Amino acid sequence: MSSNPAIIETSRIDRRSSADARHDAWFRRLLKACALLVLAALLGAALSTLWGGREVLFGQGLHFLTSDAWNPVTDDYGALAPIFGTLVTSVVALVIAVPLSFGIALFLTEIAPTWLRGPVATAIELLASIPSIIYGMWGLFVFVPFMARIEPGLSATLGRIPLLGKLFDGPPIGLGLLTAGIVLAVMILPFICSVMREVFQTVPNRLKESSYALGSTTWEVVWDIVLPYTRSAVIGGIFLGLGRALGETMAVTFVLGNAYNITSSLLMPGTSISSSIANEFNEAVGTHRSALIALGFLLFVVTFVVLLISRLMLRQLARREGA
Amino acid sequence: MAVDIYVRRRAINVVAMLLSGLAAAAGLLFLVWILWITVKNGISALDLKLFTKITAYADQGGLANAIVGSLVMDMIALALCAPVGVLAGTFLAEYANRTKLGAVIRFLNDILLSAPSIVLGLFVYVIVVLPMSNLTHGSVSFSGLAGAIALALIGLPVIVRTTDEMLQLVPGTLREAALSLGVPQWKLTVQVLMRAAVSGIVTGVLLALARLAGETAPLLFTAFGNNFMAFHPLNKMESLPVAIYQYTNDPNPALHAIAWAGALLITLFVLLLSLCARWYLHRHKVTHD
Amino acid sequence: MTTMHRNKLRLLALATSLALGIGAAHATDITGAGSSFVYPVISKWSAAYAEKTGNRVNYQSIGSGGGIAQIKAGTVDFGASDMPLDEATLAKFGLGQFPDVIGGIVPAYNVAGIAPGKLVLDGQVLAKIFLGQISNWSDPAIAALNPGLALPSTKITVVHRSDGSGTTFNFSDYLSKVSPEWKTKVGEGTAVNWPTGIGGKGNEGVSAYVKQIPNSIGYVEYAYAVQNKLGYARMKNAAGKVVNPETASFQAAAATADWSHAKNFNLLMTNAPGADAWPITATSWVIMYKQPKNAANSKVALDFFRYAYSDGKSAATALDYVPLPASLVNQIEGYWKAEFKR
Repeated sequence: MSSNPAIIETSRIDRRSSADARHDAWFRRLLKACALLVLAALLGAALSTLWGGREVLFGQGLHFLTSDAWNPVTDDYGALAPIFGTLVTSVVALVIAVPLSFGIALFLTEIAPTWLRGPVATAIELLASIPSIIYGMWGLFVFVPFMARIEPGLSATLGRIPLLGKLFDGPPIGLGLLTAGIVLAVMILPFICSVMREVFQTVPNRLKESSYALGSTTWEVVWDIVLPYTRSAVIGGIFLGLGRALGETMAVTFVLGNAYNITSSLLMPGTSISSSIANEFNEAVGTHRSALIALGFLLFVVTFVVLLISRLMLRQLARREGA
Repeated sequence: MAVDIYVRRRAINVVAMLLSGLAAAAGLLFLVWILWITVKNGISALDLKLFTKITAYADQGGLANAIVGSLVMDMIALALCAPVGVLAGTFLAEYANRTKLGAVIRFLNDILLSAPSIVLGLFVYVIVVLPMSNLTHGSVSFSGLAGAIALALIGLPVIVRTTDEMLQLVPGTLREAALSLGVPQWKLTVQVLMRAAVSGIVTGVLLALARLAGETAPLLFTAFGNNFMAFHPLNKMESLPVAIYQYTNDPNPALHAIAWAGALLITLFVLLLSLCARWYLHRHKVTHD
Repeated sequence: MTTMHRNKLRLLALATSLALGIGAAHATDITGAGSSFVYPVISKWSAAYAEKTGNRVNYQSIGSGGGIAQIKAGTVDFGASDMPLDEATLAKFGLGQFPDVIGGIVPAYNVAGIAPGKLVLDGQVLAKIFLGQISNWSDPAIAALNPGLALPSTKITVVHRSDGSGTTFNFSDYLSKVSPEWKTKVGEGTAVNWPTGIGGKGNEGVSAYVKQIPNSIGYVEYAYAVQNKLGYARMKNAAGKVVNPETASFQAAAATADWSHAKNFNLLMTNAPGADAWPITATSWVIMYKQPKNAANSKVALDFFRYAYSDGKSAATALDYVPLPASLVNQIEGYWKAEFKR
């Protein structure tokens, strides 16, 4: 019986597969632990801001959320203006950066000659490596004066359009929500673009080739084949950029004008959550410090809400396409 | 009629191609513009002194201690966040793709991406710097290690996000083929899937490095800064972004020049690493299909 | 597993204290943190002091608020703040404080045709401009102070600091002292609720905005006005005399301020009474434990500031700061003897 080779063979396989199963379980636990670490990091950071900001969050409550006052002298704080500035600059940045990134990714994967792709891709990625303080200095000393020169033109042309014109109506001093949005767009461009380029490259060639064989133009292949195939990853890349835009500090601070304003014009100075923190944190004590940390907590909340809304919109979109 | 449609499709195509070329040109224009300003302002400080003298000598000195500090902290940060991030991203893509836990972690990861870096710095101050100070009776408080941990928290979500995306794009056929051959899942993940997605994962790691290499705010309350040379990660450590931050806010134009030169160094450092990574990937290329 | 982990940590701590202990055998490394106003001059002193004594003073500008928090947490050997701590706080934590160096804050403007130093302002007018009540350069109140100066009829753009700063604290304190309306409507602080204008980050940010925006006015530390070649105003001081922002007038303010009656040097030098005193003169304070955990480090810190008051004078002057007058230094030495027991 023991000499039956078939049985020996099976038990060896059993042993091996049970070892495999054990390894698999360990591997799975390791991965899960790492993933839970992400969870712990976020919860820890969020809870520490909740704790640090408790004095204002629980002491002032709704007033903190609905007031646009910000007075460190009388300790009267409202988060409305920073939230407004954060959302507006991020939206402006996305409106500019998403089409631009898509264009660049398209150029790099479908149009440019092969020898050009590597260098240009590396160059675009380099935009991500410039320290944010340098974006700020460049913005302050170079880009703001540049915008000051073209803003009268914007007001005279785009400012004439009914309704939309309100956005471009303001003093041409070069700094403000629009300038901050553009600087942010340049900063998040490499994040969105790199992801788009990488995922466009993963589209199986046979998919594209079969479409080309049917007589599609390059644009049609990209729009109808590549983009739908990679849609979820492209959206992931956009979130990567949005995340950066919402939390970016130094660069924005130098070009935003830092006034606690809520205005209809993109040419007016404003403020943002992270730039308020960066501006005032170093010198703040007591309630003022608490208010700034509470702002940090609000940024977590704002990000949560923004991401939630975009998720719901995406699900709606998916449902409509499925129907 | 048929010809009309054909012409229109061609025209749309040409316009789209043209616009995408213009987009690439615009991206490059901004890069060249910013780099040009950086070089123009930093050229006077770009000399040997930058690498040999420390920040204690201010305008008579260089950035040697800041360069060393940045290298040490960036490398430790990367060593911490790259493995964790890649493994966590793998978990999301391969094990928890359609589970609730996966959805929650993915969502929280996206929030972590936008966390203001100064908040992450404060968090590390509370969980690393203060306990260290108590444990060692004050002989170690702020440290390069604490700085590296704060930087790792900034790089982590970027790597998780990209790894997750890239693995999800590896065709299911690869998995099925390997599994049907009896390959255990951990081997499948490490040897098959990650190899297929390595180019994307490396891009994610580089993006994370690019982002954390330029961060100032989280370092102020963790690594603190040090005008003198320090190699040991348990010492207080200077870094390029912190030195740049201090110098740009000084009235002395000579310090501004050093700051711009420092910015150029960071950019070149990341460029060098990108090129190395690309060269390596190019030699070990895996194609899809 | 956990015991091993704990042992490892202990070992790590031991190794570290050993490594640092060996380092401390031939030189002492001390750490300070706080005000960015004094960062340039303290780092200059620190380099020279290290060459002379081998002791290394590592100072980082994390802001006055940060400096106060860190000295309270005991993570640094001294803190530096642009705002003095009050009696109660000092007593509660067993802290002492003393001034380190003096600087001036100047109104800086960018008006075509008006050269630096040509414009004269007083506290009332300055307050009204920053309140937004005087919004045109040709306003009669400005003209009254500047007979014979051709003032353009253009709108004034106010530029202020966006970040919390000792500069803003001293500037708003001055305006509060000279204008009751400013005191009730705005008040004083490292950051205030500005009635008008745009905010630039840091002295550098305000300088850049003033330079770029025509018909603007802001306030910066003296060194920034000099280095950026900004237009700076002369001021009518508390004694009614028009003075130039310069070393002599800053020092006059420090000398005429009534330090001898200020307990723990808790005194702001704004609107100082001297005939030649610049009205917006500021200092910052070093904050230390009177009975520190690490007495050796504290001793080195005091020695460092003693060095700064004597040998460090020329370095301070070269950076457009003003060294403390001799009378004040004597008083500080006395304070050390009385309060800092070693």
